[in-house]
Amino acid sequence: LILCRIIRAKVTPPRLSPKACGRSAMALRTLFSKKAFTTASGFRPIAAGDRCFLRQARGLTVAALPDLAYDYGALEPAISGEIMRLHHQKHHQAYVTNYNNALEQLETAMAKGDASAVVRLQSAIKFNGGGHINHSIFWKNLKPVNEGGGEPPHSTLGWAIDTDFCSLEALVQKMNAEGAALQGSGWVWLALDKGSKKLSVETTANQDPLVSKGANLVPLLGIDVWEHAYYLQKRRNESARCNLFFWGPRHMIFVQGQMKHSPSSSPLRFTL
Amino acid sequence: MAMALPLAYASSVVNPFEAGRLSFSTKATKHKKHMYQFRKVTKVLAYYGLTNPPYKLDALEPYMSRRTLELHWGNIHRGYVDSLNKQFANRPLYGCTMEELMKTTFNNGNPLPEYNNAAEVWNHDFFWESMQPNGGRLPWGGVLDQIEKDFGSFSKFRDEFVHSAMMLFGSGWVWLVLKTNERRLSIVRTSNAVCPLVWGDIPVISLDMWEHAYYLDYKDDVSKYVDNFMDHLVSWHSATARMVRAEAFVNLGEPKIPVA
Repeated sequence: LILCRIIRAKVTPPRLSPKACGRSAMALRTLFSKKAFTTASGFRPIAAGDRCFLRQARGLTVAALPDLAYDYGALEPAISGEIMRLHHQKHHQAYVTNYNNALEQLETAMAKGDASAVVRLQSAIKFNGGGHINHSIFWKNLKPVNEGGGEPPHSTLGWAIDTDFCSLEALVQKMNAEGAALQGSGWVWLALDKGSKKLSVETTANQDPLVSKGANLVPLLGIDVWEHAYYLQKRRNESARCNLFFWGPRHMIFVQGQMKHSPSSSPLRFTL
Repeated sequence: MAMALPLAYASSVVNPFEAGRLSFSTKATKHKKHMYQFRKVTKVLAYYGLTNPPYKLDALEPYMSRRTLELHWGNIHRGYVDSLNKQFANRPLYGCTMEELMKTTFNNGNPLPEYNNAAEVWNHDFFWESMQPNGGRLPWGGVLDQIEKDFGSFSKFRDEFVHSAMMLFGSGWVWLVLKTNERRLSIVRTSNAVCPLVWGDIPVISLDMWEHAYYLDYKDDVSKYVDNFMDHLVSWHSATARMVRAEAFVNLGEPKIPVA
C-alpha cells in the first residue's frame, strides 16, 4: 500500500483534496462543472500521452480521469479495494479515453460538415461522456468512514429528505427498491429538481446522465448499479442486486455543496 | 348446542358439496364442516422450474469458472425463475412453453411485467446449451457451409461476432440468428433481455454479455472473454441441432442432390 502511494505520488498530478470548509464557491463550480472535466490544476495525467497535447493545441478541451480523494482500499469492507481500483483505473479510464476519441471524431466530422457522422457519434458520446460524468459524481459521493462517510445527512439536506421522503430509512428503502427493479445496467439517483426544489429518486439506464431524465434535475447522490460495481464482492446468498453496502461510506458534503449551487429562486435557501 | 355460524365463515370454506346450504350447525355438523375445510377448490397456477445446464458446474474450467456458474446459474438464473413464478401468483398466464410465454409477454414491443423474467430464463437456458466443455474451434457440415455462404468465411464471421460483442453498450446478448425473412444467418446484438425469437428469427448461438457472465473470471477484459468463448466454449453441436430444426421453418434453398 505504501509502495502504491509512492508510485501514485510520482506519476499523478497534485491531488485535489476536497476539504469542504473554506473552499470558495467559484472553485467548487469549476471542479464540479459537468463540461469538459479537467483537473483544477490543469495538468494532464501522464498516461494520456501526446495526443492530448495536440488536442489541447487545437483548442479542444478533453476530459481527464479525476483522482480519488482517498485510497482504493479506504472504503473497505463496504467496497473492496480491488473493485475500486478496477472501477476507477479500468472502467472510468475507458470511458474517458473513448469519450475523448469520440470528441475528436466529432470535431473532424463537424469540420467536414458530415452530418451523418455527427449523428452517428452521438450514442458513443452519450455513453462514454455519460459514464465519465456519472463516475466523477460517484467518486465524490463516497468517503471513508473515518473521514465522515456513512453519517446521516444533517441540516438542509436532512430536512429536505425528511420532508420529501418522511425519513432517511424510507429514502434508503426506496433507492434500494429502485436499484433492484432496474433492468440491465444503470444508475439510481437522489435528484433535486431545481425548479420545484423537491428531492426525488430517479433511475437512468446504462450510462445516461441524470439530465436525460429532466433538464431541471441536479444529481445529489448517485449509485452505480452496473454489475462491475459490486460483482466481485457478491456472495452466494445475496439477491441479484444488493445495494445495501453502498449506503455505508457515503459522502454528504459534496451533496450539500451541490444543493448550495442550485439557483435559489424559491423561499427555500440551502446553506452549507 | 346450536350456534348460528356467520355466513362469512361458511362461505370461506369453498365446499362444492355444501354450496347454497344455510349454515345453522350443531356440534356434529360443525365437525363435518371442519373436515370439509381441507377439500378446497384448487387454484391453477403456472409454474416453471429451473433446468440444469447440460454439464457439471466445473466442466467449463478454466474458461468459465465454477464460481461464475454457481452464481450465474445458481443465483441469478434461479432468481429469475423464482421471480417469474411469484409473478404468476397474480396473473394466470397458463399453459405456455417458455418460448410461447416469452413471445406472449413481449406483446409486440409493449412488454408485460413478466417479460423480463421470462426472457431471461429462456435466454439463460439457451446460453447454457450454447456452450460445452471442449467446445469452440470450427463448426462443420451444414452450419459451416451456411456461415461461409453468409459471411464469406468462418474467420470473417468470428471477427464480426467479436466486434459486435465489443460494441455492445450496457447489458445485453449477442446472437447468431437465422433470419426467417432474409433466409440467412446474421449476427444480432440485443440489450437487456431482448431475444430475437420475439421478432420471429431463430437463434442458433448466444453469448451473454451482461457483466455478471464474465466479471469474476475476466474482470474488465471483455475481449478475452469473447475470444475464449469462440475458441473454447461455444457448442457447435447444439448449433448444428438448432440449425437442423430451423431448416424446418426456413427455406434455405434447394439441396444439391447428386444426379445419378
